[in-house]
This record gives sequence, structure tokens and C-alpha cells, in this order.
Amino acid sequence: MSTATEPVTPVAVAPSRGMRLTGWAANYIDERTSASTAVKALGRKIFPDHWSFMLGEVALYSFVVILLSGTFLTFFFDPSMTEVEYEGSYVPLQGIPMSVAYQSSLDISFEVRGGLLMRQVHHWAALLFLAAIGLHMMRVFFTGAFRKPRELNWVIGFLLFVLAMALGFTGYSLPDDLLSGNGLRIIDGMIKAVPLAGAWISYLLFGNEFPGTDIIPRLYVLHILLLPAILVALIGAHMVLLIVNKHTQFAGPGNTNDNVVGAPVMPVFAAKAGGFFFLVFGVIVLIASLFTINPIWNYGPYDPSPVSAGTQPDWYIGFADGALRLIPPGLEIVVFGYTVSFNVLIPLVGLLVFLAAAALYPFLEAWVTGDKREHHIAERPRNNPTRTAIGAAGVTFYSGLWAAASSDLIATHFRLSIEGVIGALQFVTVAGPFIAYFITKRVCLALMRRDREIALHGYESGRIVRLPGGEYIEVHEQLDDYERWKLVSFEEYQPIMIRPDSRGRITARQRMRARLSRWFFEDRISPVTQRELESQRH
Amino acid sequence: MSKRIETDRTMHSTSPASTRRAGRRHPLAAASLLVVGLLATGGAYALATTSATAETTTASAQLVEEGGKLFAANCATCHGLQAAGTAAGPSLIGVGALAVDFQVGTGRMPAAASGPQAEVKPVQFTQEQIDAMGAWVAELAPGPAVPPERYVSGDGDAALGAQLFRINCAMCHNVAGAGGALTQGKYAPSLAGVDPVHVYGAMATGPQNMPVFNDLNLTPEEKNDIITYLKYLEQNPSVGGFDLGALGPVSEGLFIWIFGLGGLVAVTIWLTAKSN
Repeated sequence: MSTATEPVTPVAVAPSRGMRLTGWAANYIDERTSASTAVKALGRKIFPDHWSFMLGEVALYSFVVILLSGTFLTFFFDPSMTEVEYEGSYVPLQGIPMSVAYQSSLDISFEVRGGLLMRQVHHWAALLFLAAIGLHMMRVFFTGAFRKPRELNWVIGFLLFVLAMALGFTGYSLPDDLLSGNGLRIIDGMIKAVPLAGAWISYLLFGNEFPGTDIIPRLYVLHILLLPAILVALIGAHMVLLIVNKHTQFAGPGNTNDNVVGAPVMPVFAAKAGGFFFLVFGVIVLIASLFTINPIWNYGPYDPSPVSAGTQPDWYIGFADGALRLIPPGLEIVVFGYTVSFNVLIPLVGLLVFLAAAALYPFLEAWVTGDKREHHIAERPRNNPTRTAIGAAGVTFYSGLWAAASSDLIATHFRLSIEGVIGALQFVTVAGPFIAYFITKRVCLALMRRDREIALHGYESGRIVRLPGGEYIEVHEQLDDYERWKLVSFEEYQPIMIRPDSRGRITARQRMRARLSRWFFEDRISPVTQRELESQRH
Repeated sequence: MSKRIETDRTMHSTSPASTRRAGRRHPLAAASLLVVGLLATGGAYALATTSATAETTTASAQLVEEGGKLFAANCATCHGLQAAGTAAGPSLIGVGALAVDFQVGTGRMPAAASGPQAEVKPVQFTQEQIDAMGAWVAELAPGPAVPPERYVSGDGDAALGAQLFRINCAMCHNVAGAGGALTQGKYAPSLAGVDPVHVYGAMATGPQNMPVFNDLNLTPEEKNDIITYLKYLEQNPSVGGFDLGALGPVSEGLFIWIFGLGGLVAVTIWLTAKSN
């Protein structure tokens, strides 16, 4: 290839030994599995380059870390409830009777080489897993990435979130220390509050009067067998749908609803993702080696009588604990000699409704908008003010409950009275969502108005010019076309009109839908049109 | 100055002594020296002890008087001149010297302001002054006295202490003694770094919102076991690394959101940043 004019003739270089071996192996596998089709499809999958698209990856990789460290823990953990006397190396527990489950957890922490690190890796990774899922869900929600054709994947993702919470809770209960037993007691109380069937369900779950000796082995089976199996299957489905549906992307020059702009899996993204996996792994191990998590040796073996101050669930169950703390006292009535505890039932039902609303939101929005088109462009949150405001209201509601789970620590650390903290958080949880909704919607509309202004007139440059006539003006700089594109390319929805159906009637359902649609899209800012832009360029 | 002259003198006296070697080398010299030494020590001890007992009685009378003066000057405004209590402060009759030692020795008393509970402050008095006030209060009516050293030495059974702590103390003070919230702005303080005598005093006298754990409830030996456990926690930091305040899952959750996920979001931004 010395000169450009020289015709390029393929030189038959004899393949090296290694190449021949690789070629033969690839051919051998392909002839028997037709794997090349899948590799071709997968290798060409495009990942757009935006940091918010990597949050799901953080969740996925921390789950891999959980699987690896969890497998190590199963080698040494024994869920047996046989009572033994502790003879390990932690002095303040020596000679104390405890279950084998707690003893083996202590042995993992104190006797097994690397055991404590693995326990802490497992627990920190679990906290990170759920936090990453939470942030990933928020990203998907606020950019409208759940719209057609991705509604089902949103539901699968939601199920993953619920399953992860269940896995976290069953794992939290396994060491059979005071903290985990207190957590189970609260669950037991919530189950027993269910009218009529409560006590029966509790006996079925615990095998006897709480706590019994059956619950830990049962939770162990759920924790290491059933729940992870379902979780892995759902992650598989989540991934397959992700490939089938392709990624969403933000609007930009060249990014359309029919393409995906980014890096292909092979080789760029695979290398990046592989490196990212090790970064996530590294961050988890770094945290686990420097910071204690769940020092079970402090808590002692489970005993139903003591409850420590500062007994909280892990963060992802905090919203449920907070709901129980926020409900006002005295909501109990006695019906035919049976106590009905509305102070437990209201939080229970409220949380289920909240979770169901989150799971079904895509279908609700699709029905309200009447939009049957496919959407592959992720929306900027401001460009759909009502959805963003609903999301902000949901986040505020969740945060109020979440903060309430730490009401005692807020009180001691900020020198407040706990009654004041609870009262303030009751206000945040009940009135906060409405305030957040209103503020967010106004902020979104204001930002849209500002975008429109900038797209039409450019931004203020800060340069003041004095004209010959003595007048002062500030010079506005125009955006370049690439930047302007991002500001003007979004869809505008209009409230749907009420139309009579085929029999000439207007149903209540139609009216409801029109009302909701008006609520969604009544306040809106239209995107800048081509004509407006051209009329500005004089 | 005079001391130095004395040493000079002994230096001088040793050098002539070296000339009289025969006296010091005498076979009976060691034995006689021993006898003289024993007699002198025993005599001096006997003398010292008799005078000491005599001094204690006069000293305790003095101490009580001194304590009364201190009390009148610093405490009587709220507790009343005869410590019978006023609207601003409770009666101290029968609280014992240990209550004074705890309240004044931790700086809680004299209280700076009325509030949900008296706060720990820099201690306002010397230990002698505190003992004097304690002696005066103990003189009013019998009450818990400052425990002997063996009950606060922290050499008991840590495992039993930990168990007793979980059952009796953890619901307010947290299993790791990190403290916790009570109603109306009151709180159970952290137990880290609290003097063993004050831990004992708190259990025996039940200051502020704390219940009294008398000797039938927790024997002095059991109180010492609890002190042993708290000492163990203090001297053995968490084996798992920094303990994030030993506050439980709340600080862990905050940490993973802010530093764990926050750090990884920074990594994602770094990974997707466009090179210039």
C-alpha cells in the first residue's frame, strides 16, 4: 500500500495456527447452534451515549456482585434454628445461647477468612442494587421511555424492583439477630392486621406462634432459590425486550424516531461495559472494605422482648416503616369482638395502591393521550410538564414516607422533638405531593417558555452596545442549528375532543378521558415552528 | 534552694563516709539497717493513720459545710435553700451523693436553661467541690453513695453485660450505645466516652427521664458487667471498618445513595463524556 494508484489485490496470507483454530471453533459452534445470527444481531445493537442510560447497568452489575458474594456466603451459612452456645471469638457474646443461623453468621464475620468482607460486599451491593433500580426507574419515568412499545418492559422492571425488595427483606431476616427479628415482628404485625385471614396467614408463614423455628429456613429457601430464579428469569426478559425494542435516545441532530445513534455492542460498547462492570465491582468492594454494614454482633441473638432504639429496615423498606410511623394513633375499632386495626390497614392498602399506580402508569397515560404511536425519542422532562409534575408528586410522597422511617434520628441529630418531626412529615406526605405537583408543573412550563425564547431570539450575550443614536442594546447570540434542534424538536399534545361513539352517545368513560386529557395538556407551550424561526431571521 | 544545699551536703558527707568502710561492711550492718527501716516505716504509718482518721471527721464536717455553701450559692435558686425543691427544680432530699456526682460531674447541673432536658456541658466545679456538695446532700437524707472502685472498674463479664444492656438499656440508648430519641424533644444520650462512675450513677439514680435501676433490679456486679460491655465497645472499634455512627440502616442507606450511587453516577458521566 505504498501508493494510492496501486490496485489493491487481496494477498492470500496463510492463516496462522491460532486463526485457523479460532475459525474452526467458530464454525463448529455456528454449524451446530446457528449462533452467528444472534451474535450479529446483538453485536450490532446500538447504545446511545448518555450517562443516564447506564443506571440500569449499575443495577445489573451490582446484581452480578450479589450473586457472586451470595454464593460464597451460602458455603458457610446454616439456616438451622437449633440452639447452641456461642464459643467464637467475639467476647461480648461468648456463652450466650443462640440459633445456629446467628452463630454461622457470626462465624462468617469472625472466623471465615474473607467472610466479613464478603458479607459486607453482599449487603452493600444489595443496597446499591435497589438504589440503582430506583434511579433507573426515575430516569425511565421522567423521560417517558415507558411509552409504546416499552410498557411491558416497564412492568417487568417494576416486578424486578418488587422482587429485589423481597430478596432484600428475606436476606435482612436471615442472620436471626435482634434487628432481623424485630423486622419480622413488624411484618407479622402487618399480616395479623388483615381482617379475618390475618392470624391464619401468620400461622401459615411462621409455622406456629411468632417467631417459631420454621421461618428462617423458609426465608432461606426463598432467598437463595425461588426469588433469585424468578429475578434472573425476569432480568432475561427485560434484556430481550431491551434488544427487541431498541434503546431510546434524546432528540438531537440525526437522532430520529426510526434510528438509534450511538456505539455498537461490538466492539466499543462491550469494552466500555466490561470496564464499567469492574468499576462497579471495585466501588462496592472499596465501600465494603472501609465501611461497616449491619454489625450483627452488636445486636445479639433474636429475643422477642428487647427492641433497640434506631431499629430501622434497610432503606428500600423504609417507606413502609415510615407509613406505619406517620399514621395517627387511635384508628382502631372493635367489630363483633374483633379488633380492626385501621392504623395498620390504611398504610398497608395505601402502599399497595401507590405501588399499583406506579406499575400501571404507562397504561393510564396511553389511555389519556390516546396516543398509539411508537416513541423512541426520550422526552426532556420539562417538555411533558404534567407527567413530570405527577412524578415529582410521587417522589415527594415516597420521600415523606421514607424520611419518616428515620424520624427518631432526624429528631436527635437536628435537636427537634419527635412529635414535631412526625407532624412535619405528615404534612409533607399528605400536602407535599400537591405542592410539588404545582411547583414542578410551573417550573417546567417556565423552562419551556425560556427554551422557546432562546430558540427564537438567541441568548443574552452580556455585551452591551451603544447605538449611534445613543440607544443601548444587549446583543443576543443565536444558537447554532445543532443546539436549536434540541430545543425545538418535541411533540405537542392537544387535549382530545369528546366525540360521540358509533351509536351517537357520549359515554361517561369518554367524558372522564376528555377531562383527564384536558388536565394533562391544557397548559402547554408549542414548539417553535419553522415559519416562526424563518420570520425571526431578518 | 535549700534542697540543693542538702544534696550538696550529703554528697560531702558520703565522701568522708567512704573512709569509714569498716562500719558499713560490718556483718550486722544490713540486719540492723533492716530493723531500723521497719521500725521507722511502721511507726510513721501508725502515726499517719491515726492523724488521718482524725482529719477525716473534721474534713467531712468541713466538707459538708463547704458543700452547703456551694449549694446555697449555685443550686438553691431552683432547688431551694434546704434542697426541698421549688417550682423550678425538684427536691434533692434523699437523692444521695451519687446523684450530685452524676448531675454536676457531667456538667448537666447547674442547668444553663430550662428545656426538655439538661444538656451535658463543660463541668463547672472541681471534683472536690462536687464531693462537698454531694456530702451536703447526703447529709440531708440517706441515698445512693458513690460506688467503690470495684463496681466501676469494668472488669466484669462483657457477655452478660451485653445481654443486660440489650434487655434494659438498648430500647433508648441503641444496642451500640449510640443514643436515641424520646418524646417531646428529650433523648437518651450517646454512651460513648462516659465515665464509668457516671454510667453507674445514671443507673442507680435514674437522672432526668431515665428509670432507676436499683440494686435489686441490677446488682452492683451486674452494673459493672454493663460498664464492662460499654468499655469493650469503646476499646474495640467495629471490625468491619468505619461504623457510620453505629446508627443502623439509616446511615447505611444515606451512605449508599450519596457516596455509592453518587460516585457511580460520576463514573457514568465520565464514561460517556465526549473527548474534546
